[in-house]
Amino acid sequence: QDNRISIWSAGDLGNAGLNGEYHGEPHLLCDIQHNGDVMDMQFLDQERIVVASSTGTVTIFRHHQNNQTLSANHRWEKAHYHVDQDTSCGGAACTGVVCNNPEIVTVGEDGRINLFRADQKDAVRTIDNADSSTLHAVTFLRTTEILTVNSIGQLKIWDLRQQRNEPSQIFSLAGDRVPLHCVDRHPNQQHIVATGGQDGMLSIWDIRQGTMPVSLLNAHEAEMWEVHFHPSDPDHLFTCSEDGSLWHWDTSTNVSEKPSFLHQGGRSTAYLSHSTINQSVISAWLSNDPTKDRMEITNLIPNQTLSVNSLDVLGPCLVYGTDAEAIYVNRQLFA
Amino acid sequence: MDEPDTEPPLVVVPGADSSSRQLCFAWGPAEVLVCETLFGRAGGSRSRSDGAGAAARALRDSVAGTEDRAPSSSRVFVVRRDQDIYIQTLRKLFNESHGIFMGLQRSEEELAGKSRKAQLVQVSKNYRSVIRACMEDMHQAAVSTRDPALQGQYSTQVSILSAMELIWNLCEILFVEAATAGPLLLRLLDWVRLHVCDVDSMVREVLSSESPSKHKLFWNVVDIFVLQGRMDEARHLLSKEASANPTSMNMYKILDDLMKKMPVPSLSNTQTLTELELKWQHWHEECQRYLQDGTFASNPHMESICKILLGDEDAILEKKELMTTWYHFLVTRLLYSHPTVKPMELRFYAQSSMDLFLGGESSPEPLDMILMAAFEFEMHQVIKECSIVLSNWWFVAHLTDLLDHCKLLQSHNLYFGSNMREFLLLEYASGLFSHHSLWQLGVDYFDHCPEYGRVYLELHIERIPLSTEQKALKVLRICEQRQMHEQVRSICKIMAMKALRNNRLGSALSWSIRAKDAAFATLISDRFLKDYCERGCFSDLDLIDNLGPSMLLSDRLTFLGKYREFHRLYGEKRFPEAARLLLTLMTAHIAPCSFWMTLLTDALPLLEQKEVIFSAEQTYELMRCLEDLTAGNPDKQKFQDDDVETTKVEMLRLALARNLARVIVKEGTVEGS
Repeated sequence: QDNRISIWSAGDLGNAGLNGEYHGEPHLLCDIQHNGDVMDMQFLDQERIVVASSTGTVTIFRHHQNNQTLSANHRWEKAHYHVDQDTSCGGAACTGVVCNNPEIVTVGEDGRINLFRADQKDAVRTIDNADSSTLHAVTFLRTTEILTVNSIGQLKIWDLRQQRNEPSQIFSLAGDRVPLHCVDRHPNQQHIVATGGQDGMLSIWDIRQGTMPVSLLNAHEAEMWEVHFHPSDPDHLFTCSEDGSLWHWDTSTNVSEKPSFLHQGGRSTAYLSHSTINQSVISAWLSNDPTKDRMEITNLIPNQTLSVNSLDVLGPCLVYGTDAEAIYVNRQLFA
Repeated sequence: MDEPDTEPPLVVVPGADSSSRQLCFAWGPAEVLVCETLFGRAGGSRSRSDGAGAAARALRDSVAGTEDRAPSSSRVFVVRRDQDIYIQTLRKLFNESHGIFMGLQRSEEELAGKSRKAQLVQVSKNYRSVIRACMEDMHQAAVSTRDPALQGQYSTQVSILSAMELIWNLCEILFVEAATAGPLLLRLLDWVRLHVCDVDSMVREVLSSESPSKHKLFWNVVDIFVLQGRMDEARHLLSKEASANPTSMNMYKILDDLMKKMPVPSLSNTQTLTELELKWQHWHEECQRYLQDGTFASNPHMESICKILLGDEDAILEKKELMTTWYHFLVTRLLYSHPTVKPMELRFYAQSSMDLFLGGESSPEPLDMILMAAFEFEMHQVIKECSIVLSNWWFVAHLTDLLDHCKLLQSHNLYFGSNMREFLLLEYASGLFSHHSLWQLGVDYFDHCPEYGRVYLELHIERIPLSTEQKALKVLRICEQRQMHEQVRSICKIMAMKALRNNRLGSALSWSIRAKDAAFATLISDRFLKDYCERGCFSDLDLIDNLGPSMLLSDRLTFLGKYREFHRLYGEKRFPEAARLLLTLMTAHIAPCSFWMTLLTDALPLLEQKEVIFSAEQTYELMRCLEDLTAGNPDKQKFQDDDVETTKVEMLRLALARNLARVIVKEGTVEGS
């Protein structure tokens, strides 16, 4: 298997044409071989990228911008492993990684949580058997607290300051324990968390209250692989799924000013109801009252075939990758 | 097609010593396992590693050196059929064409007639542009690589791809678009201009020189323009000659005029064929007159051009090196002698052109035979020849599918059941399945093979290595969407067993929930209970405490959940509820019999509490349970061996009796009731 980490340049922003199409395809700047499947990756800082591998190894790559090369900076082998009586190399896939420079937290199929510090050889802290099932994703709640989701439908908060190896709080879905695959926290309002499940359902949680989600939104027809709030415009949420669609959820209250024919996709829009002008500080995401809120949902992929595995969004740019071995860049997201 | 027309090639498996050992083999879904046996050669025929059968096409085999050094030092080889899928640069071809294929399958059949044809032509063009893009990438790779072996490989690939595009383009013109007389010639001209002989570099060289008309290649360029029917460009160049050489001005003017007036078929219906033929006849006679008058006698170049315009075969043949191929010769001939050629007449001209061009010096190559078959409108022959020559099913599978959508292939049933389109798609998709990542494309291809697709899919999908949970989830989703319940169960079982072995009980449970596998859930619960009995406490409380409705999947699981609840209630000192729960567990027969003793022992502390917890009814129930338990073991031997057991039973009896006494008193008093 030949897996590679690649860095691409998506072209200059100044090249946008009249109708917003960008000229110039993304071109490859540099790449480097990677052992095992890339399960997750994140930028640690401007130059370094942390990559989680299916062999259980976590690697930091450094991108040298002056000569456009990549090199492996640091590696934690066997960050995740099974204790298998039969084989000696029981590597377990590392399924999620999140960074808050210089701290790196990883989770894996072995139910283990690791806390690393960039440039420190060994793990700062390891919580063995944190979970009896697979941990699918992790994200920071606060600088000392993390959120994890697992394959029995639980959302857990871990306080890293405490030494005990127990979560400080456990949330779970009502009904069937559908595995949760992704989690993201609202950029500004830290009590709002979104998770995506194996049945394609999007759940919004308020972690200040209760142990069950505030709202459950029936979204995709298959596993939801990633969910992301827009970092600077958190009224927008993006989800991608195994069914090949990528949805843009828009709860911005001035939605009524947009003309209704600005939809792009096939799955098109589902209006929940009207919006009132005096929207208070309570985020639109938490609103229990469907008559008070209006959410616009658009499918950004016109002809969907294979799964959309991953997405990321920053400013007006959206990038996503599919199982058809293609990467798409959309630089006019809010046009 | 009942017998193979060519002998299957002998494949030598490097490293397998077939001269001294006999080889045995076994078919797999996408590969052959070849193994050296202990038997020496008995003088019989060599066993070949490719088997026989009607499916014997040219196989390009590659060997993955999987060597298993057993004590007897015999080795196992994995012989794979399709090495092309591992070429990095071709992956783009497979992925993009998959998208086009899916688009074609899903396209609306309601469009009829012209719009449907236009749609199909567009699909064909899309395929071709993908081939071209791939060629570009391959070319870039060949240029930039330093390794000569790789460079050679890439260059070969480029030429194979360009041959594929050539064939596809011709098939598009003749079959998909089914160009009629008139436009047919124009299309063929485009085809020749695009694919045959690289004129541009020559043109650039000539035009960039000081005085183009003095350049040694000048007349070559003019000739090739004329041969390809590019009149405007030819005239443009000729004007340079005229300005440089005023003496030939007269000749030039006439030639220029002739070239300008040449009637060509048009794409729009501004003139009928008969009109065109009349005009052309006129023009032809005019050229004839000028030639016979000796107008061009002083300039041999111009004279030869005039002869070409008249369709003089010898004159055209003189320019053999410029045209390089017989099909170029064919199209030029048609342009200047039969511009209104009908599709069905092509075969005669094609055959004679090839004979004249090759002239017995060289024999036709496979590519020539394929193109000839196309000109003869023998679609099946084209596909057959391509299958033999090419190492990968990609080309024939997609082309046949497109032709099938054009409703051009009769359902030519192959004797093993499916039709040609399906057969080729099945072969192609099977090849994809041996790739660790491209198998996802194969799934969609199988979906569109109505007869055998599902069976093939069922067989292949279980053999995909499931290295991570994410991959397993993708495979599961595919199976669930197609109601392949057997495969869902089997995959979930595999993953659950793996999880169980790694002591990930929660994962194992979540897999058995997905498969709704009650038996496995029971297994997992037993594991938990066993752990509890050994250690005295539960592992993975986060799982058991939060089972939710999945608890109902199996009785044992329900018991586990309820038992844990009992412990929790006890911990919270909610004794009456705990007692009630405990009793329900036993009387409702949720608890397995083996566990009753443990449950009764758990009841002991409740019985010994200061306040009375169990009511009289409940105590009677407990006593009944105890008696059921001990009565079931009439074997006194057991009790004598196990002192602990007997002590326990006696203690229980004592506790129960005491509790009964207390509760009777309590319930009998006025305050207690």
